[in-house]
Amino acid sequence: MTTEAAESVEAAGVAPAADPGFLQRYGASIEYILIPGAALVGALGVFGGFIALYGKNPLDLYFYMYYGAFGTWFSWQNTLTRAAPLILTALCTALPAQLGMVIIGGEGALLIGALAATSAALALQGAAPIVVQIAMVIAGMIGGGLWITLSGGLRQYRGVNETISSLLLVYIALAVLNHLVEGPMRDPASLNKPSTREIGAANMIGTIPGTDVHWGLVFGLVAAVAAYILIYHTTFGFAARVAGGNIRAAKIVGLSVGKLILTVCFLAGSSAGLAGMIEVAAVQGRTNANLAAGYGFTGILVAFLARQNPLAIIPVAILLGGISASGGLLQRRLGLPDASVLVLQGIIFVFVLASDALYGRIGFLKGKS
Amino acid sequence: MDFGRISRRHLLQGSAALALGSTLGVRGAAAAETTVGFIYVGSRDDYGYNQAHAQGAAALKKLPGIKVVEEEKVPETDAVEKTIESMINLDGATLLFPTSFGYYNPHVLKMAAKFPKLRFEHCGGLWTDKDPKNAGSYFGYIDEAQYISGIVAGYSTKSGKLGFVAAKPIPQVLRNINAFTLGARLANPKATTQVIFTGDWSMPVKEAEATNSLIDQGVDVLTCHVDGPKTMVENAARRGAMVCGYHVNQSPLAPKAYLTGAEWNWEALYPKFVKMIVAGEAIPNFYRGGLKEEIVKVSPYGEMVSAEARKAADDVKAKFMSGDYTIFKGPIADNKGKTVIASGTDRGQQDPELEKMDYLVEGVIGATA
Repeated sequence: MTTEAAESVEAAGVAPAADPGFLQRYGASIEYILIPGAALVGALGVFGGFIALYGKNPLDLYFYMYYGAFGTWFSWQNTLTRAAPLILTALCTALPAQLGMVIIGGEGALLIGALAATSAALALQGAAPIVVQIAMVIAGMIGGGLWITLSGGLRQYRGVNETISSLLLVYIALAVLNHLVEGPMRDPASLNKPSTREIGAANMIGTIPGTDVHWGLVFGLVAAVAAYILIYHTTFGFAARVAGGNIRAAKIVGLSVGKLILTVCFLAGSSAGLAGMIEVAAVQGRTNANLAAGYGFTGILVAFLARQNPLAIIPVAILLGGISASGGLLQRRLGLPDASVLVLQGIIFVFVLASDALYGRIGFLKGKS
Repeated sequence: MDFGRISRRHLLQGSAALALGSTLGVRGAAAAETTVGFIYVGSRDDYGYNQAHAQGAAALKKLPGIKVVEEEKVPETDAVEKTIESMINLDGATLLFPTSFGYYNPHVLKMAAKFPKLRFEHCGGLWTDKDPKNAGSYFGYIDEAQYISGIVAGYSTKSGKLGFVAAKPIPQVLRNINAFTLGARLANPKATTQVIFTGDWSMPVKEAEATNSLIDQGVDVLTCHVDGPKTMVENAARRGAMVCGYHVNQSPLAPKAYLTGAEWNWEALYPKFVKMIVAGEAIPNFYRGGLKEEIVKVSPYGEMVSAEARKAADDVKAKFMSGDYTIFKGPIADNKGKTVIASGTDRGQQDPELEKMDYLVEGVIGATA
């Protein structure tokens, strides 16, 4: 980094060309847009080739992808609805990543958050809807938060790898959910689809006026912006990034790394828990096995594609929401199997990860023309 | 149709995409044809639940003036609502078949209320008086076909030990296990059915383990109630055991081992529904039936089924066809010795008590919890 910085300063001094000041100032930001954009275009190109081998016209493919994801107002709403839970579950991976931790258990926190939120709503039946809703938010966030804190605690106090423990906790969460839904919390009327009792139509959080998109999108946007401010504009976030960069250096300067780990894990889990609460309060109206729909796992993909940047998570979640929204149209119009969407996601993932190698290596962005 | 509202909104927004879509004929032929949308929770070639529905959809494709659009692997979340809306808004579907049990509440109910002029036919038999009138929920008494399978299995087993790989101990599944066992004990009063619950609808690894462990215990005829019987059928056949199929005819997977099976007959029901709609007749919101009503059927017998077994099974089948046979005829005891249906009580096909079944009959080895 230092040599590069020196080089560009030198270049800026020598070359009177274009406007080196501009590139110097914004070169890195442009990279953050240009490189993932190019990776995306490359991935779409490869996917188009794959589709051509399948005997379909790639231009049709691109048109239907655009049409199904962003081509109409309905398509936009479809995309945003699918993006909403992904923003929150992606934060569950992106926040601990600032500390150098790889947490992949957002799905578990989502399920526990949903269970906690449902329990709160069922315990408060009869209270004013706003009270029930606030209680659900708090319960969901605490439930999910504590679940990921378990992983953080295991790492801090027992040296257990947090990636493995958070993944295994997903299966434990699913087992807990199935046990409660099929046993103690079961609504006796839910004969063939074991579920909890319903939280009640009055307690549902509804949709954003004028749209079909539920309020989960707004929760997601607020959480992503708050996470960005926390990480990049507060001393807490600075401390977290220092610890993530070099844990020994962080300890030497007197940072309480253990406290940082537990707090960040709690915040991460609470955002996935909030996603679970929203699935209950905006979509399902109760808890059952339908909640394990894989949002937590797609969130990992979103976080990595966004390079763990909370703000970048927003467009990436919308992109993946769009891919899944258009997936149905690809099935119906082009007769592609559902798995083709997974293939596309996989290709994008590989391209974006591979493009990591390009950062800081694109000559013209360093102010040297 | 609710189409105009959305188009107007597009025009107001001046969406160029709409114009592009129209010129390319995306909205396509809406006038002359009726578009029917099918939505599956798994893949449509799973040799199981989803394939049975896809076969019904294939039967519709042969009717003149009917266009079928299909989408597979749609989870039981708001994704199914968006798929329904997408089929309506982008494909012009006016009749929808969301085929998975868990789609109904709240997703199909919500969409039926939103599009009151369109028709929704859900599979699961869940409709009640409170639900929208344009929604229907049909289902079949497939335990009748399981009973026939049981008779054939009872005649074919040499060890007297039958095996049942089941998903969850819910009423529908228990009813199948009990009917299969009662049928088998008609043929061989000493026959027992060992049941293993895998915990979920699609757990191929656990299904294979259950199959192997049943065969290790001396079971020589197996059947199942999971979404995709393929795993059980192929593994059992490889181990030299005989099988009774479920959902669709699996004999192509194991021609030597396949005795018979309990199948859905959606390829008879769906064209019937469409013809009723074309003729202007109302489809009952709650539509159920068994062998007689051609909603379920029995697979053709495999070559190793003895003449004696064929005759016994055909006799009972004939009684079902004439509508005077009761499977759950007292006295029936559960496998803990408690009388669950008293002597002299007949619980016929449509008895609501059977919908709440929570026991395993005498002769079944296993527990519901």
